[in-house]
Amino acid sequence: MSDAIKAATLEYATRLGDDAVVLGHRISEWVSYGPFLEEDIAYANVSLDYVGRARMFYTYAAELADDGRTEDDFAYMRSDRDYRNLLLLEMPRGDFAYSQVRQLLADVYYSLVLPELAKSKDERLAAVAAKAVKETKYHVRRSRDWVHRLGDGTEESHKRTQKAVDQLWGYTHEMFDMDETEQLLADNGIGVDVSKLRDQWHKEVSAILTEATITVPEDSWAVRGGRTGYHTENLGHMLTQMQIVHRSHPGCQW
Amino acid sequence: MTPEEQNFMRKINAEEKIEPKDWMPDAYRKNVTRQMSQHAHSEVIGMQPEGNWITRAPSLRRKVVLLSKVQDEAGHGLYLYSACETLGISRAEMIEALQKGTAKYASIFNYPTLTWGDVGAIGWLVDGAAIVNQVSLQRTSYGPYARGMIRICKEESFHQRQGYEALLVLAQGSPEQKQMAQDSLNRFYWPALMMFGPHDSESAHSAKSMEWKIKRETNDDLRQKFIDQTVPQIEFLGLEHPDPAIKWNEERGHYDHGDIDWEEFYSVINGNGHCNRQRIEHHVAAHEEGAWVRDAITAYNDKKNANKIKNVA
Repeated sequence: MSDAIKAATLEYATRLGDDAVVLGHRISEWVSYGPFLEEDIAYANVSLDYVGRARMFYTYAAELADDGRTEDDFAYMRSDRDYRNLLLLEMPRGDFAYSQVRQLLADVYYSLVLPELAKSKDERLAAVAAKAVKETKYHVRRSRDWVHRLGDGTEESHKRTQKAVDQLWGYTHEMFDMDETEQLLADNGIGVDVSKLRDQWHKEVSAILTEATITVPEDSWAVRGGRTGYHTENLGHMLTQMQIVHRSHPGCQW
Repeated sequence: MTPEEQNFMRKINAEEKIEPKDWMPDAYRKNVTRQMSQHAHSEVIGMQPEGNWITRAPSLRRKVVLLSKVQDEAGHGLYLYSACETLGISRAEMIEALQKGTAKYASIFNYPTLTWGDVGAIGWLVDGAAIVNQVSLQRTSYGPYARGMIRICKEESFHQRQGYEALLVLAQGSPEQKQMAQDSLNRFYWPALMMFGPHDSESAHSAKSMEWKIKRETNDDLRQKFIDQTVPQIEFLGLEHPDPAIKWNEERGHYDHGDIDWEEFYSVINGNGHCNRQRIEHHVAAHEEGAWVRDAITAYNDKKNANKIKNVA
């Protein structure tokens, strides 16, 4: 592996780890707050998948970095300006409709990204992706079913769902942006060219929203910055909570 | 005794299980319903003090373990609610009783989780005490409850191990971490002893429950078992025992222990612990916030069913 490829792969694995830990954390905020017990269980399950995925990506990143850092150093010892997750994933959990719509937008995205990543020439990335593909199939089924029920349920659930879609839509555009790092990896058969997945994502999400009687928004606004560490104000608060114990006891084992 | 009562007592005495469709005295049904629903509510309310630390777990591994554990508790709650429904009460009715305060849950969950150490202490001591009780309940006379306990005990033993292991890491860590472990032990030890309920002489439901083999061992016997097993565990951690009176009694073959503060026990049971109000308010708030979601499912299903009927016609 050339130095340039290695550095890019390290950055890439970190990004994917950041995505997974941030969304996993947000989902975990629902445990004991769900609308009924089955949902507490489901939320914990999905959260476990994402945090587990984060551990695998970070562990690989730590091996590539080879500087003594561990998965926890990646998760707990980096600040919001260092995090490289997509903005969509760091938005607060909101109400149940907001969380399920965010989940749908993310789940469909990963259901397209992961099968591509599973073909990566990098065996480690491919292996993590292959495992995650299976989980994501269930995630999509769940978030799709929920958006159907909420969109086409009562007047109130419809209103909340439409509002969530409208509020979140502008954060989806950056999911398909490429930069030099990702382009280098895509050109070398290691990373995924996400720009090529946009049309398919739009088609699948639109079909689900339409069936749920939800209006697909126009692409009238876009907020970007996750991959460069230019975050919303929400991530700092989230990390403050997530990292407080770990950082209060430097160098300790848990 | 009526023939039905005779047959019921014959089964109890022969260690046969009572099954949902069997005849049973109303008082038996009421007693099992009370105990099982209380157990289910305990699992569900117990998600809160531990859930309090999911977002602050100090490593990814601990986060995953804690998430799995809380998920298990939710699963146990679900399982027990379903088992309890076989006695003719609905989950909605049970939840209503919990929220109104007519049904109880384990008082231990009215103590706050203030540090990460408390997550370890709950796994080790609270789940540990629960297992002592639940192992005994694997032989309870009501079939669905006994079978539920067998399954639940398997998972609870993982919970206890992860809790003890988390505390062991703290006890062997920095001075602050060790202090954290000691503090958690000090705060959770006595409430864990109280989980076995009042002394046998004071226990309202004990006598009948023993006769019907709903309960298989007395509160005091189970408590003693727990006290005995915990002493070497505390020693291994290198922590100080919270009970200065703890002392091996050669003659009894058990540890003697100090007095339990029953005034505190009754104060918490009667609703005046640190978190009684908070726990119920949390449950009610989540339930009420979820009302529009539950309504949406009903409306959605109604629409789909109406469409199906239309299509068939």
